[in-house]
Amino acid sequence: MEALYAFCVGVLTAAGVFLLLRGRTFPVVVGLTLLSYGVNLFLFATGRLNDGDAAVLGAGSDHADPLPQALVLTAIVIGFAMTAFVVILAMRARGDLGNDHVDGRVPEIVLDSEERN
Amino acid sequence: MQHLILLSLVLPLLGGLLMLLPPFNASRVRQRNFALVLSGAALLISALLLQQAQQGVIGVYALGDWAAPFGIVLVADRLSTLMLMLTSVLAFCSLLYTFGPRDEDGSFFQPLLQFQILGINGAFMTGDLFNLFVFFEILLIASYGLLMFGGGKTRTRAGLHYVILNLAGSAVFLFALGVMYGTLGTLNIADLAFKVQQVDPSEASLVRAGGLMLLIVFGLKAAMLPLQFWLPAAYAASTPAVAALFAIMTKVGIYAILRVFTVIFGDAAGPLSHIAGGWLWPLGLMTILIGAIGVLASQDLRRLTANLIIVSVGTLLAVIALERESATAAALYYLLHSTLISAGLFLLADLIARQRGKVGDRLVPGRGLGQNRLLGALFFIAAIAVIGMPPLSGFVGKALMLSAAKSVAEMSWLWPLVLGSSLVALITLSRAGSTLFWKQSGKPSEILRANPVQLLAVVLLLSMPLLLSVFGGPVTQMMAATAQQLHDVQGQIGSVLQPVTQLVEVK
Repeated sequence: MEALYAFCVGVLTAAGVFLLLRGRTFPVVVGLTLLSYGVNLFLFATGRLNDGDAAVLGAGSDHADPLPQALVLTAIVIGFAMTAFVVILAMRARGDLGNDHVDGRVPEIVLDSEERN
Repeated sequence: MQHLILLSLVLPLLGGLLMLLPPFNASRVRQRNFALVLSGAALLISALLLQQAQQGVIGVYALGDWAAPFGIVLVADRLSTLMLMLTSVLAFCSLLYTFGPRDEDGSFFQPLLQFQILGINGAFMTGDLFNLFVFFEILLIASYGLLMFGGGKTRTRAGLHYVILNLAGSAVFLFALGVMYGTLGTLNIADLAFKVQQVDPSEASLVRAGGLMLLIVFGLKAAMLPLQFWLPAAYAASTPAVAALFAIMTKVGIYAILRVFTVIFGDAAGPLSHIAGGWLWPLGLMTILIGAIGVLASQDLRRLTANLIIVSVGTLLAVIALERESATAAALYYLLHSTLISAGLFLLADLIARQRGKVGDRLVPGRGLGQNRLLGALFFIAAIAVIGMPPLSGFVGKALMLSAAKSVAEMSWLWPLVLGSSLVALITLSRAGSTLFWKQSGKPSEILRANPVQLLAVVLLLSMPLLLSVFGGPVTQMMAATAQQLHDVQGQIGSVLQPVTQLVEVK
């Protein structure tokens, strides 16, 4: 389970970082979302992966660490609010700047003479 | 009296919320006056807290009365109350500036300003890394709103960069927190400092990775070299009162670096002590260099000021990297000075721009100013303070920092860069001043006068360097005591963590 979990976190983070480096706002926003999913899973795993543990003290011999769950809930709430904000901001930027590039203008691609032919 | 610590957070929170409700939401004048009352109360509270902390006692406020490593604590020691006081002074002056003719439009400006203050105060007072994250997010979301207040193309573009960068930064912050919690099992700063001393050698490299990821995040907030490109555009685009308040935002990053890398990864941390110094030193020095280049290239006064902030951040980081008590004390003195003076310069730039009509604060010959002599004199004082010429506090701060470098290697890197950046500031500000005040292409068409309240805000901020140098003796003593308390890791651990109480077994 550990390997699968770690793989998921890694893939989400890698995909998030890749999309974050794109030039247009939509992939960037999706990248930020994926990155925050990766972060949330990672935070959750800091309480160690185990199943069948009691959530409440005294209900069993082993109990799950409650703190990562609290942390991840906070992170989810904050991340959701921030994503909502950045979506609105990206739409506003599309309206104000006339295009959806993060720099506000689409860079002109200069082709080499070979490519032009 | 112990609830005073919490009051510094509750006051802006409740005040900001109240402003959104009747009878305040309908009238901007009423909101402004209420905000002034709040700001005055905040000044009083921070002065009281500062005075209490100067007795040498670390005030610890356990929220919900849960003891430190388990519950959330607010810590009011010398450093955090000093930063609280600085924030209150800055917020008061920024608020005074909104009393001017071009009042910031919209009924959400004042509440956002209060939430911003809440976030900044919280980041300074918290004794817990996860709450540092939460308060960072509060101050960031308020700053997103404030930065884009008024709208417009340049603001949207600067805002987009600022928001995306900071969201990526938050993700890195959470990764770092996850690593720290996973390895050390706590997020309380004092407890981390305690646990890091007995870290399992096999996990030491993970903790180091977590710590250095924190450095990335705080470096982004502080505008450290590869992460500083957002700052000039964002600060130059925002409204003047907001830019003045933002002068403290880079210092939040510097405060966090100081706190984490002096207390957690400080002298006592064994194999993990001083993990940041090796990175901070070159990056800080290069930040000075790139800031100085930016200063030379600036085409308008506000961008010039923003680049001067980058120079001061680089200087502070390089001095903090020395990781020595005297260096920290010098850096703290310079931090006070540079925050106040850059805020003053942002406000002054707006006063000047307003009297110059169309050319604004661009450094090109334009119409004469209505109050050429008055604003010229203020600019002169501000320039002297920023450059670091005697008799103002810039000189004292820079002299203290230069003397904090002890070895030849430190001196041969720090001295040329700090002095060279001062020379660059001298050249650029002389050029800016002579363009603005002497190369005028005609008489002003009408005599514009600065709004007296706005002028008062600028004069208040610009008088601070004078006060800091007149009371140089007591202030430097205070900074030395602050640095000493910060470097006394065992003392901090002892006062925040209660004597370890036996955990009651729950059956």
